[in-house]
Amino acid sequence: MIDPQVLERHGLKPDEYDRIVKALGREPNLTELGIFSVMWSEHCSYKSSRIHLKTLPTEGPQVLQGPGENAGAVDIGEGLAAVFKIESHNHPSFIEPYQGAATGVGGIIRDIFTMGARPIALLNSLRFGSLDPPGTRRLVEGVVAGIAGYGNSIGIPTVGGEIAFEPSYAGNPLVNVFCLGIAKASDIVKGVASGVGNAVYYVGAKTGRDGIHGATMASAEFDEKSAEKRPAVQVGDPFMEKLLLEACLEVMQTDALVGIQDMGAAGLTCSTTEMGSRGGAGIEIDVALVPQRETGMTPYEIMLSESQERMLLVAKRGREAEVERIFEKWDLHAVKIGEVTDNGFLRVRERGALVAEIPNRALTDEAPVYKRPMSEPEYLRDAQQLDLDAVVCPADQNGALLALLASPTVASKRWVYRQYDHMVRTNTINLPGLGAGVVRIKGTDRALALSVDGNGRYGYLDPYRGAMLAVAEASRNVACAGARPIGATNCLNFGNPERPGIMWQFAKAVEGIGAACRALNVPITGGNVSLYNETDGTAIYPTPVIGVVGLLEHADRVVGRRFRESGDAIVLLGADRGELGGSEYLKVVHHLVRGVPPDLDLEAERALQALLVTLADEGLARSAHDCSDGGLTVTAAECCFDTFGIGANISIDAPPTAGSAATGVATALFSESASRVIVSVAPEELTRVLERAAAAKVPAKVIGQTGGNRLRIAVAGQIVIDQSVDEAERVWSNTIEHFFAKRVA
Amino acid sequence: MRFGIVVFPGSNCDEDAYHAAKDVFGQDAEYLWHKDTHLKRADVVILPGGFAHGDYLRTGAMARFSPIMKEVAAFAERGGPVLGICNGFQILLEAGLLPGAMLRNRSLKYQCEHVHLRVEQTDTPFTCAARPGQVLRIPIGHGEGNYYAPPETVARLEANRQIVLRYTDPQGRQDDASNPNGSVHAIASICNERRNVVGMMPHPERACEVLLGGVDGRVIFDSVIRALARGPEKPALLEVGRPV
Repeated sequence: MIDPQVLERHGLKPDEYDRIVKALGREPNLTELGIFSVMWSEHCSYKSSRIHLKTLPTEGPQVLQGPGENAGAVDIGEGLAAVFKIESHNHPSFIEPYQGAATGVGGIIRDIFTMGARPIALLNSLRFGSLDPPGTRRLVEGVVAGIAGYGNSIGIPTVGGEIAFEPSYAGNPLVNVFCLGIAKASDIVKGVASGVGNAVYYVGAKTGRDGIHGATMASAEFDEKSAEKRPAVQVGDPFMEKLLLEACLEVMQTDALVGIQDMGAAGLTCSTTEMGSRGGAGIEIDVALVPQRETGMTPYEIMLSESQERMLLVAKRGREAEVERIFEKWDLHAVKIGEVTDNGFLRVRERGALVAEIPNRALTDEAPVYKRPMSEPEYLRDAQQLDLDAVVCPADQNGALLALLASPTVASKRWVYRQYDHMVRTNTINLPGLGAGVVRIKGTDRALALSVDGNGRYGYLDPYRGAMLAVAEASRNVACAGARPIGATNCLNFGNPERPGIMWQFAKAVEGIGAACRALNVPITGGNVSLYNETDGTAIYPTPVIGVVGLLEHADRVVGRRFRESGDAIVLLGADRGELGGSEYLKVVHHLVRGVPPDLDLEAERALQALLVTLADEGLARSAHDCSDGGLTVTAAECCFDTFGIGANISIDAPPTAGSAATGVATALFSESASRVIVSVAPEELTRVLERAAAAKVPAKVIGQTGGNRLRIAVAGQIVIDQSVDEAERVWSNTIEHFFAKRVA
Repeated sequence: MRFGIVVFPGSNCDEDAYHAAKDVFGQDAEYLWHKDTHLKRADVVILPGGFAHGDYLRTGAMARFSPIMKEVAAFAERGGPVLGICNGFQILLEAGLLPGAMLRNRSLKYQCEHVHLRVEQTDTPFTCAARPGQVLRIPIGHGEGNYYAPPETVARLEANRQIVLRYTDPQGRQDDASNPNGSVHAIASICNERRNVVGMMPHPERACEVLLGGVDGRVIFDSVIRALARGPEKPALLEVGRPV
């Protein structure tokens, strides 16, 4: 019955099948084979990534929960914990953008409230191909609508995020979603099953045939047949999830629960196995008891279904009625489908007859782990070569600035975030588009700043440095808001790990994340790996996306990106090294993706971030905005936007650089050297700011003053940018807005 | 005085309204579960924003069948002040407590942003602390806020001065560009003929604290607190009738 074709359909290799036979001491039946195939899929087992992920720093005094649970948690003081994680939903979103993105949001929200935390903020990091082709339009509209549809309905604000457009993602968009919740530190709930005889309950939506083999799908490359996989994408029901959220949080108040876990990838299989495994116990269920919305479902289908909005929970003996009553209140029916055992087996019955029996160990700890071969990819050497002498920079720097502001990656994303309810729960104190998303914590003076960042071009040109830069940028964004970074989560988006070049990119990126997180003291508390992001053999840029959580002791000291007053001093913190490699400028103006990404001095970065927190805490910075895509000039322009026309007069030096004079000027304006932030400072506070910077050993230079209604920048005494703020803002505001306002015939 | 905040399954601004009433304005506040059949002696009832019962059919279409709505209708009948915010407004329309219906925004998209509103009427319990013509900056967050009613109904609303808030520019001028969703006559809020039931699409509870970037929503809460100051325990006796 189990022939090579069956194995192939299950994404299992022949040697993996041999391991299954060995683990069971016999041939598996088809149900068991299905269970193994999802649990051993890349998506669930992390078989290619695990040995690398082990090297990440995951500990710190503030860490309450590191990787291995449904989400990580850090201590935020006053007895509270921030519970957060980022996860990808790339493959489903490509096949069905609305539902793919929506169920991605639903999944990450379940991971958070499963831990006993009330979700209070969502962010997302999206990557699409170039904006122009019609395919991208459909994807962007669908993904954004899907995120909005789910998040808005369930009432969790989407407070920030990022979107970039690169041809590399045309056949494989990235949809990474981040959720954060708040719990009492002492009340964090875990996904464990223990206590022999305790009832195992199923609650939530009924099980259908949707999403069978979703986890396996997410572990394979795309080809022209992928569109046929549509049935493997599930349909989300945010209302059901809202009921589950409220009911589960209410149940958790009662202390009647042993553990709880959502049914995400690999559905009932993964939740029963993992809960049993974590608790050192076993779970025995009867699939006939599982609520079903289709008739004639086989045990195989029930165990592998990825129907959304379902939870598995274990109640304490004697407290079952209490649990059932709360779910009844919310018109949900908690159904007992089995019991906890002490034998360490996942045992599945159908009307009493045994249909699968597998040791948990075989599915989890003993799942294959691969040390896949790696080697530096061939493209890299050439791609890192950048001959600035050969780059003819136009003398019209105003034109270059406007071109950058019109680049969809840089342009205002208002069209996107206006579709997200970013204010519900009345905590959002830094709105989207104004820097890191910041939410206050009701009942305290505190707030949390959240940012998700990554730069695929940097990753492509140097995965190690690109990953470090992603950590640094997310962390810096949080620090710009005035918050001390305290924890991070990562979403690692890569191609097919069976190719040595991709595996090398992955390993280097993980090394880079580790190095940066250690230096900046932000432990990784969890995350997600998404591999096989390829279409027809072409991989995406290696794209580690990092989410960082920062703590503001005083919510009212939050700092935003906008200039606030005319006549303030503009101070540049950090030093320029004249780096154009991998820059938005080279891409937009010269259509070049080349060179090495900016260098990163982690010690300087750490000092800069600490300084930013100090400046905010002492109320010395009126605004702070980090230099990233488009360098200092784009950053300065963004500081002027949404201010009702506050301009700036800025004067900077020309760094020594290769190429013509115009190239030198362009480098000064658009270099993306890391660890730089523009702050605006009231004149009377300037001395103090410079003193604080000197004490922190952070280079600080007054480069100009706010005021007027134009952005003027002189390089080496020569005015090279002279632009009305209104006009620049119009270009920046309209690019995406107008693109999507166009009717398509 | 006591605010009663109705919680439907799928309500998601219930905690925000509660927070505003209780923590910002220091009033007593109680949640009223949709299956409840009494209002816990509330002096004012808020139907909060959200997606009651999922709103998969028509916004608000299912919520009117929740048991609590019978009590809310009776309370309104007695003259008690009722405020429907966003989804709450949609529910009041479906329940027949206010006339008209909501269409999808003309952008066909959900919109979350600050808008400007001109106060048209100050003789309702929710606007009596505002100045006539005062411009408020308050956020909206909805996909179906495009108010529609047949011309004769709109004419009656105009004639009876039942249009409480209109979308305008920051200077209080009505123009098409300032109408975020395409509502007929730029209607953002209406009241019933008796003026004690008010529905509004914008979210005043999102604009009550400096930290959140604006406090123009406070006037809605201030109004009802002032209106009820005379007889908190006797909403039936509330006099909120004709212009001052």
